Amino acid sequence: MPDGRIPQIGVVFPRTDALTKVSGEEKFAADYYGQDLVWAGVKRAGIPHARLKSLDVDQARQVPGVIAVLTHLDIPGENRQGVVRKDQPVLVDDKVRHAGDALALVLAESKPALAAALNSIRCELEPLPGVFDPEQALAEGAPLVHEDNPEGNLLLKAEVKTGETESVWEECAAVIEACFETPHQEHCFLETESGWAKVESNGKIVIVASTQTPFRDRTEVAQVLGRDHTGIRVIAPYAGGAFGGKDGITVQSLLGLAALHSQGRPVKMWWDREESFSAGTKRHPARMYYRLGAKADGTLHAVEVRLYLDTGPYDHLGGAVMTQAVEHSGGPYRIPHAWLRGWAVYTNNPIGGAFRGFGVAQVTAAMEQMMDLLAAKLDLDPVQIRLKNAVRRGDKNCVGVTLTGSAGLSECLEKMAAHPRWQERQTWIRAAGLLKRRGVGLAAVMQAVGYGPFVPDVANAKVELTLEGKIRVYSGVVDMGQGNAATNLQIAGSILSQTPAQMELILPDTDRTLPSGSASASRCTYTFGNALIGAAQALKERILQRSADLLMAAGPDELVLVSGLVRRVTTGQEIPLAVLAKWLTDAERIAVYRFRAPVAQERPAKDDQVRLHGLPHCIFSYGAHLAMVEVDELTGAVEVKGYLAITDSGRVLNPQTYEQQIHGGIVQGLGYALSEDFRVTDGLIQTSDLATYIIPTAMDVPDMLSIPVEINEPTGPFGLKGVGEVAMNGPLPAVANAVAAACGGRCYSFPLTSERVLQLMTAS
Amino acid sequence: MKINFILNGREIELTVPSDIRVVDLLREELDLTGTKESCGSGECGACTILVDGQSRLSCLMLAAQLQGREVTTIEGLAGNEGRHPVQEAFVQAGAVQCGFCTPGMVLAAVDLLGHRPDPSRAEIREGLSGNLCRCTGYQKIVDAVEMAVHREKG
Ligand code: FES
Ligand code: FES
Repeated sequence: MPDGRIPQIGVVFPRTDALTKVSGEEKFAADYYGQDLVWAGVKRAGIPHARLKSLDVDQARQVPGVIAVLTHLDIPGENRQGVVRKDQPVLVDDKVRHAGDALALVLAESKPALAAALNSIRCELEPLPGVFDPEQALAEGAPLVHEDNPEGNLLLKAEVKTGETESVWEECAAVIEACFETPHQEHCFLETESGWAKVESNGKIVIVASTQTPFRDRTEVAQVLGRDHTGIRVIAPYAGGAFGGKDGITVQSLLGLAALHSQGRPVKMWWDREESFSAGTKRHPARMYYRLGAKADGTLHAVEVRLYLDTGPYDHLGGAVMTQAVEHSGGPYRIPHAWLRGWAVYTNNPIGGAFRGFGVAQVTAAMEQMMDLLAAKLDLDPVQIRLKNAVRRGDKNCVGVTLTGSAGLSECLEKMAAHPRWQERQTWIRAAGLLKRRGVGLAAVMQAVGYGPFVPDVANAKVELTLEGKIRVYSGVVDMGQGNAATNLQIAGSILSQTPAQMELILPDTDRTLPSGSASASRCTYTFGNALIGAAQALKERILQRSADLLMAAGPDELVLVSGLVRRVTTGQEIPLAVLAKWLTDAERIAVYRFRAPVAQERPAKDDQVRLHGLPHCIFSYGAHLAMVEVDELTGAVEVKGYLAITDSGRVLNPQTYEQQIHGGIVQGLGYALSEDFRVTDGLIQTSDLATYIIPTAMDVPDMLSIPVEINEPTGPFGLKGVGEVAMNGPLPAVANAVAAACGGRCYSFPLTSERVLQLMTAS
Repeated sequence: MKINFILNGREIELTVPSDIRVVDLLREELDLTGTKESCGSGECGACTILVDGQSRLSCLMLAAQLQGREVTTIEGLAGNEGRHPVQEAFVQAGAVQCGFCTPGMVLAAVDLLGHRPDPSRAEIREGLSGNLCRCTGYQKIVDAVEMAVHREKG
């Protein structure tokens, strides 16, 4: 263990998982092999839209070393899956709807045999005209992605209207109109989609997967296999990164199916990077039309937004992402008149899905540039115009929800205004070298915490006093790298006064831990932490009460819990926890507690579908970001020289894990802003590897400064709010505002590659 | 074919297919899954191992290239000492998140410090630029390498 001390809240507690990860011992899903391993792989379509005429797998079945070749005909249950709308086939049965669609599943003795068999599958595909732009997809006569969808290519529309929509624009002293486009973003987790499965002797299918959603996966796999969910067990080890890209089924259903045909042998599937790019989900590309108006003093008066999100051929979580984008599209501001609309649209492009920020990264990119455009037009200071309009506790936000929780945006902005990096920016800008231009840009950010009003945002925590006298914590929510598993030990350890050595951790496992929802939505420690506090306190009370009885003390007040034992402070008597455990029944050694996150009571959208998809939320994290950039006049290359993020995500439990989330979010955001130029032409990915899709390296990013504004969130565990996503939303607009300041003009399409910036400088 | 090499301090002799990649040999035949694969084409550094003390990408090497060499994987880095100073610094500095890049990153850092015992932050960034990490934003990794240097100095 990294530290022999009892963990406390608010101080650095080195992550326990770091020990096994740094030594190479930690077993990720990708690290499962085993005796008699069978390799499973998928034949992908390779074209974006086509009718499946026939599939000839006979030759593939003859390849030496092939165990089985399976098609949609072999699926025992329902061949459609999806988190909200079930519109994605496990194996194509009628139509190919994007190039990464799966046609057949092969099981083989070895990787070479697998590759040979996949190559010898013959498929007759009749190409269909495709649709690759969300607005064109909504036009009359556009090719249909799902002929059976009554709304054509529209997956979901969301609309929120507050105040007036018509006369308000004349009341504005300044009105800005603009359209912004943001691209796909690929998650690029280092552990590509992977898993391992086996049918146990009792008939149960065990699936070990790199996933954010083991409990939901179990239900989905059960439906595909036509079984009861009790016949399936999903185990979720530490994931090697996920960021939303493992929120939902990747390999799980295919592996479950494969396991049914492997004669009891373990089966492994591990997508390579190219397959991860083609079959995995991405951040939705967005086209965003904005109109924003303010009074002469900078008071925001009206906003009108139209968002088009390209969800590819399947819902996945596209409806929910778009709804969340609409909810955040007016920014963290008070705006009395707002008309916010969004469309999630089917196309034949790669699949859009959850990605850190969940729609908010896109709209923040647009809205925060609108704020700078407006500030420039009214000749106002960019910090001051944001501060003037920032939502405060008790205000209504842009969808009309009264903010009852903590709201620290003003505090973040005030700190920003006073910070030397902002105060002394002109000096820094003037110090630009020869053929360099410098600029400093800002962005205000926010991110909702949790699922919203409809889908129960629930966690069930379980804590056990083992017979060996250890405290065992059952993590219900996956740790995909964010460190919540270690945070669970920190929380339980601090309540039960146990050192890490006295504790054990069980990672999410549908047979052992309790359902607690997905690792997503900035909810992991907020929701599960609240449940865990309840469970740990219940266990503590029981331990103290039973010890008091055993020691014939008047009551538990005479007793304290310290690491490994209970001490009666009035007499000095001690009971080791291992001894106490033997006096308890099995049921008494376990405490469970359920927590459901609070929900907003307002109903800003008339359509119940919008509510079902998550609008509105009631708890938000906030922040103010600053980027310092230097542009090369000859090449157009943008270098980020400094970055500052001031964040209100409530109280900080572990400053180190907290900063990890801020740093990671910023750098993922800097990639989104500058280098991650995901290119798709007519449904075919042109950037299909890490040589052509460029994520930041250690050399591309600056040292960052993160300052927490620790406002207590009354509903949070120890006052915390989620911090996993909020930092992702700032870099694109902050960098764009800085580049605009440096270049005297603005790009409206992203990322800001050197070609785009060079063109901009030539034009302006 | 038969090959002999030293793996994590122990001489071994193996019969392997001539076209097997080192990353597969380690992971599938020798159960050393600490060496990760993330791109299979030399772009990410997750598969980094040390060959005769130099960092090498095991996804781009064939087993035959190990003949007579001394190979260190993450599992063998610390020898009998618990944790190598660079591993310890990664833990303490908070340089590990999902951990999938970590073994390769640690070995790349060890190689870097072998060449340059007292690097600047910019030199650390440059030295690790062949290893991608999608979680940390690299700052705490750079901190960890600095921490390892300072602890060594004492
Ligand atoms: S797996 Fe070898 S460099 Fe990526
Ligand atoms: S810690 Fe996840 S990729 Fe580096």
